[in-house]
Amino acid sequence: MSAHAVSTKSARGLVAVDRFLTFIRVFLVTMIVVGILAFIWQQIDADNVFARWRNPNARGLTGDQFKGLLISGLSQGSMYGLIALGYSMVYGVLGFINFAHGEVFMVGAMTGFIASDKFQANGMWEQNFLLCLVLIVLMAIFFSTFTAVVMERVAYRPLRNSPRLIPLITSIGVSFFIQNLVLGLFGPASKSYPRLPEWLAKQRSILTFEIAGTRLMVLVVAAVSMAILWYVVERTKTGRAMRAVAEDKEIASLMGIDVNRTIVTTFAIGGAMAGVGGILWGLMFRSVTHMTGFLPGVKAFTSAVVGGIGNMGGAMAGGISLGSAESIAPMLILEPLGVPGVSQLKDAVAFTVLVLVLLFKPSGLFGERLSSEDRA
Amino acid sequence: MSLLEIRDLKITFGGLDALSGLNFHVDEGEIVSVIGPNGAGKTTFFNAISGLVPPTEGEIEFEGESIVGLDPSIVTSLGIARTFQNVRLFPNMTILENVMVAQHCRTNQLLVGALLQTKAFKKEEREIRERAEEVLGFFGHRLVGYRMDQPAFALSYANRRRLEIARAMATQPRMLLLDEPVAGMNPIETAELTELIGRLRTEWGFTIVVIEHDMKVVRDVSDRVVVLDHGVPIAQGSYDEVSTDPNVIEAYLGRPVEAAS
Repeated sequence: MSAHAVSTKSARGLVAVDRFLTFIRVFLVTMIVVGILAFIWQQIDADNVFARWRNPNARGLTGDQFKGLLISGLSQGSMYGLIALGYSMVYGVLGFINFAHGEVFMVGAMTGFIASDKFQANGMWEQNFLLCLVLIVLMAIFFSTFTAVVMERVAYRPLRNSPRLIPLITSIGVSFFIQNLVLGLFGPASKSYPRLPEWLAKQRSILTFEIAGTRLMVLVVAAVSMAILWYVVERTKTGRAMRAVAEDKEIASLMGIDVNRTIVTTFAIGGAMAGVGGILWGLMFRSVTHMTGFLPGVKAFTSAVVGGIGNMGGAMAGGISLGSAESIAPMLILEPLGVPGVSQLKDAVAFTVLVLVLLFKPSGLFGERLSSEDRA
Repeated sequence: MSLLEIRDLKITFGGLDALSGLNFHVDEGEIVSVIGPNGAGKTTFFNAISGLVPPTEGEIEFEGESIVGLDPSIVTSLGIARTFQNVRLFPNMTILENVMVAQHCRTNQLLVGALLQTKAFKKEEREIRERAEEVLGFFGHRLVGYRMDQPAFALSYANRRRLEIARAMATQPRMLLLDEPVAGMNPIETAELTELIGRLRTEWGFTIVVIEHDMKVVRDVSDRVVVLDHGVPIAQGSYDEVSTDPNVIEAYLGRPVEAAS
């Protein structure tokens, strides 16, 4: 009797949740469709009633503006992608989200600042920029990798066999620890990177795209890093060992693979990617604090989920689509709908994308590449 | 000296003795079958040798050196490979990759070599691939050609079993532990695999320990049969000796009615 009552009550609860979720789905999709249609109408005929329906002041975008948004979205997104790889790889191998990965990224950005500041002080930054760039990238990779590896050894390895929630919560603790350590060591002030030399930072025009040299550099470096990572994971024995450990640790060890060492390698590679991302972030936004890792970290985590966590290609694709959506959607969808202050809504857009993906394809755009028994 | 020597092996899970006081040896080049009713401790015995389950007591020596307490990866690198009763492949990796990854402990190039694309790295990758193709070729045309680049989950059941054996072979072991290699196969596939087990010894020089329920296979492949029941060996010898041993018949079929009373 009472069991029956409970089950009908929970069933009613479920129905209500389902209705609510359906409402959100319909609402979001309607908003997007109406927004895009209104935008297209505006482009065709700005005086049309439908185009002016929600936002009489909307002006639409010129081709150059659109290209500009696309480029800034892609460069922002490729940085998210670089960080997202670390989340995704660690999830693939250990099955938990390392929330302290954003801090690894911040350590990379911070290292880059300290090094480039010194280089500027002794004049090398202007004289031989390329050498400085290579050096700061190497240093950032080194310190980020070091942070990630130490983190694994000190915080996560002792918890290897505990339930997954425990390393997850530990990672949040590690994140606070690193933030406060950096705060204590370098103070709370925002630190600014030296200016990039003019020959690199100047606007250039490639295939009708007007692109700032800095963004071009971000795109190139990110693409090269991702290509190297893809090669390592798919075509070398280290990568095969990583994938084997991700699929089945016990069997991997029976194939003669040292599981601990492979996990350290995974953290190290994820850390290296975050280090590269940190340098690019610093060079592009030219400002770094002890909190720099937080928002990009959360966005990168979102990218990893959007792309399908545990899947490397997905992390890159997720980062790029999230970055582009963040940059384009406010003008494309929100502005025609008459939402005020659209350029401030980047973060809202990013997390709406996350909600959409979770509503329509919870496994992410590219599913997850894990053995079925290991899904959680 | 025996290749594998096990003395007084005891494994306890909670209050249950999975193995109690097992003595066992395998000589170089032998094929030994381990049989016994369900729950006799056969798989636990394999788990103990391959380092997945630490023994509660007792000694396991491989080539005269103790392997108790070593990590499974080290046991593999010393030359013991195994397969599983419920096939355990890397389902999302391709067939070729499954076999290539198994050579991990036989190769020594580091990541740096890969990043710098050194000659030694390229040569080693080529050798890994060639060896993988050679091992897969042992099973005829089934695992080679276009199939090599398919993911392992796309394989048929029997081919998964074959791939698992190929993967164990690729670790370049001296001793191969096969856990029910023909389980779930049809009679034709079983006969074929029985022949392959013989060839694993003659052509590849492996010493083989096999757990099997199919008595026809046991009869055809083994030099020696060891019967386990409740974690202790109750008989050993040739197939004919063991199959007529009253203790063995009792373990499998129960005691005759008049003897029980």
